[in-house]
This record gives sequence, C-alpha cells and structure tokens, in this order.
Amino acid sequence: MAVEMIADMELVFKYPESLTPRVTHYCPGCTHGVIHRLIAEVIDELGVRERTIGVAPVGCAVLAYDYFNMDFCEAAHGRAPAMATGIKRVSPDKVVFTYQGDGDLAAIGTSEIIHTANRGELITTIFVNNAIYGMTGGQMAPTTLPGQVTTSSPRGRDVETAGWPMKMAELIGMLSGAAYVTRQAVLDVPGIRRTKKAIKLAFQVQLAGLGFSMVEILSTCSTNWGVSPLEALDWAKQNMLPYYPLGDTKVVDEVRALMAKP
Amino acid sequence: MAAKGMVIIDENRCKGCGLCVSVCPVHILKLADGRFNIRGYRPVEVIDPEACTGCAMCATICPDVVFTVYRRKMRREPSTAEPVNAKSHTIRW
Repeated sequence: MAVEMIADMELVFKYPESLTPRVTHYCPGCTHGVIHRLIAEVIDELGVRERTIGVAPVGCAVLAYDYFNMDFCEAAHGRAPAMATGIKRVSPDKVVFTYQGDGDLAAIGTSEIIHTANRGELITTIFVNNAIYGMTGGQMAPTTLPGQVTTSSPRGRDVETAGWPMKMAELIGMLSGAAYVTRQAVLDVPGIRRTKKAIKLAFQVQLAGLGFSMVEILSTCSTNWGVSPLEALDWAKQNMLPYYPLGDTKVVDEVRALMAKP
Repeated sequence: MAAKGMVIIDENRCKGCGLCVSVCPVHILKLADGRFNIRGYRPVEVIDPEACTGCAMCATICPDVVFTVYRRKMRREPSTAEPVNAKSHTIRW
C-alpha cells in the first residue's frame, strides 16, 4: 500500500542512515537533536560512515554514541580532542570528529582544544555553544553571557569576578594550525541549512588533509534557561547573536578553493 | 486535487516541542488535543493534508527526526495518469 501511495512522489527528507533508530534523551526542543541529524546527513552524503570515528564529550551529549550509527569513543571530560588526535594519528585513513559542548570544550578542555588546533590535527570539532551547563543543572559556563542568571550566578554573571564569555571561534581562528573555523546557529530553518553546509565543508577540509576544522554552533537550552523551546530560539537570537557574531573566523586559501567547487 | 506534498509522522518519536508548528508556512501542523503518544507527549498532527507543499521545513527544524517528507514530482508535460491521492498521515506502532 505504501509503495502505491507514493508512486507519484519523490522522497525529499528521510531518516539518515548514520543515526540509530533510538529516540534521544534530550529535552523536547533541544537543538542537540538537530545538530546530530545534520552531522549524520553530512556523513551520509560524503559516504564515509563506515570509516568514521566520533568522540563523545561529557555533558548532555555524553550518550551520543548511542545515537550515531558508527564507531564512537567516549572521552574523559574535555579530552575529546586529545583522544581524537590519537585515533587520527594511529589510523590516518579514518574520518575523526569530536562533538563537544561549551562546558567540555571551553572550560575543562580549553587546553586540549587549543593545542589540538594549534598542531593542526586533521580532525573536525563540532562545538555546541548554549551558554550554560546543561546536564549538571544549569550552572554558569565560560560562554554564559554577562548578566545571565544561572544556578551558580543567581544575580547574573558578574564580569568583574567571573570574566567575560569566551569567544572560542575567534580564539581558535587565531591559531596557525586551524584551516577552517566558523560560527553558525541552528535557531531557524535558513540557519540550520547554513550550519549543514558548514559541517560538510569542515569534514571536506579533513578529507582533503588541509588542517584542523571546527564549527561552533549556537544552540539552545530551554530547560535551564527556564523558557519554552520556542522562546529559547528567540532568547538565543536576541541575546547570543549580538555577542557571538555568525560567520567564518578562519578560512585558509586552500579551503576557499574547496568552497568555490560546486 | 492531489496534495503537492506529504509528510509521514512517526508519532512515538515526537516530544511535542512545537518547533515544527512554528515554521510550517501553510500552518497545517498542530499539537494533538487531549491525546498523548507512548512517551506521554502531545504529538504533532497534520490538520489539512491537502495543503501540504512538501517543503520539508518541519523536518529541517525537528530535533527528533519525526518527519519523512515526500514531494510530488514536477513534470514538463502533464501526466495522463490519474494522480494518486497520497496524503500526509501518522504512523503509530
């Protein structure tokens, strides 16, 4: 029956092969799910699922290995880039990526990501920035905005004592080993489409052996921001976009040539 | 006239976040009233399958890959065959 019904129609959106059928544990409306799907679609399109190894972080995405239909490792908190470095150096034919949140990458793992990028390791990092610690209960993260109320900054982040939010895309973009660094957002449909293009380019940079690539993705945390999923998208647009401008922070000439290809 | 597009909703994956409802350009999605899926969420429903254009914006923003989207093939010459009246629907396991 199903075949007869769709005889005149073409399939324009289907469940990606690189995701397992499991339903994620993420809260309703959490954009982690969107980012997982984008990575899976890109890996499907590049046809590298069989030789891809992901490295999961500590944080909400700690169970990412259950959701991606490929080989996966779980790293100690913040150490995903170090683990990915080891995997890539031992098996240079593999496609290796890390999936990290802001608590993982920008707090405890800042040293690892900076040195990995600076060494120009041929890995791809997907960095999910939602300005808060999600899994542990909404504490202040390095990326928390000035004045933002969290469970550990009940009067709002005070930059006098807690410093300023870390702009990781700009920071990593400064390093010589990084070939492609960009910041995107999954807060609306056009943004999601641009993010997918950026993730695809980041993986192509790795496949072409051009250097380290990272995509920072502005994301939401409706639960810990204390708003509905829909309000969370608006909150991020109003508050995060002015502080974290979207766009590429590092594109080397070889990557630009790659971008120009159809 | 047969619908231009069709979405198939895997109801038990839905967490009822409503992001798809907010982006549908033809406003044919809504969360179920007084009915819950196996996870206890109000799942998304198509209220007017005829109006679906198959744009896939719902599927693009959905964090839980609930949708499968079909779009009617574009032909230069009109098909002589009677169009199959495929409509958006929900699957329940």
